Amino acid sequence: MSGMHRNRINRSKPKRYPDSPRLKGMSFQRMVQLVSAVLVNGYLVGFQKGKIYTGGTKAVCVPVLNCYSCPGALGACPIGALQTAVGGIRGHFPFYVMGSLMLFGIILGRVACGFLCPFGLVQDLLYKIPVPKPEAGPKLKKADRTARYLKYVILAAAVILLPAFAVTKSGVRPPYFCKYICPAGTLGGGLTLMAGNPALRELAGPLFLWKILVLIAVLAAAIFISRPFCRYLCPLGAFYGLFNRFSFFQMSLNKDRCVGCKKCEHVCPMAVEVTENINSPECIRCGKCKAVCPAGAISSGLVQSPKQSREDMAK
Amino acid sequence: MRNKRIPAVRFVVLAAAVLSIAAGLFRQEHLEVMQKAVKICLECIGIG
Repeated sequence: MSGMHRNRINRSKPKRYPDSPRLKGMSFQRMVQLVSAVLVNGYLVGFQKGKIYTGGTKAVCVPVLNCYSCPGALGACPIGALQTAVGGIRGHFPFYVMGSLMLFGIILGRVACGFLCPFGLVQDLLYKIPVPKPEAGPKLKKADRTARYLKYVILAAAVILLPAFAVTKSGVRPPYFCKYICPAGTLGGGLTLMAGNPALRELAGPLFLWKILVLIAVLAAAIFISRPFCRYLCPLGAFYGLFNRFSFFQMSLNKDRCVGCKKCEHVCPMAVEVTENINSPECIRCGKCKAVCPAGAISSGLVQSPKQSREDMAK
Repeated sequence: MRNKRIPAVRFVVLAAAVLSIAAGLFRQEHLEVMQKAVKICLECIGIG
């Protein structure tokens, strides 16, 4: 929760460093987020016709939470695909989807959250709305830390256990996370699809109303809290976070150079204690800490070889 | 000691991920993913 207040402090004094390339006032992160959002939702005809893409690329999982029922989606959402696989009639271990998730996780960690996720972009833009942000007192900090475990519960229960074992009266195993929680699906899939498809609008009932309420709650929270969905609810972020400590993409802090100004922690959108645990499961690798460090003590990049890995660890 | 193991874990997980994808492709699981992704998921959009 501390990041909520910290972020506000730093946004009042924007400072640009060579490590943070900008194009006409837009940060490198924002550029990549926009390009990624367009690439994973590149089937523009779908938005116009209210239909989804049915080409071969839908067999490939994208590294982000992006509903495959979004009219523009060119790939499959890994969390949707995982629920379908564990709840499928064949009932086997989902090698393909789990392998894809592990591959993204071990290479990038949560880089996908910070740079590639369209719903992360939506939350980042909402947090830019200039309203008073909540102060981070000890109680809020504690509540924030506790609430962050919720995403792991959602990953275990709504994405894996319930779709695997909870069979409905009609004999199906629904994708519980998609059905009852996912606000990214409601925004990217539900609303956009219904906007172009009158037949679907007529089918909307109480469940759709519930999902709209969840979406509104998350979007409203994003105005006051930096990335609330990523912090507390996202099962994909929870999964990738497990890899942050040993992914090939690593952040590192040179403690000899660090001057202890804590600017990195003030600017962190996820309220990570950068000087204590720079590769925390909460870090979305956005690079804001690196850009703001006056001593150049923070670096990031891909580890290239086992030898270099050992050298990095020895630092 | 714990840190020294990380580089090895990194490559073991990478190998496991690649092998898992290969096994999934061999079992044609990508076709299951596609089969689901090319139909409108009514649950996902809040109808089903």
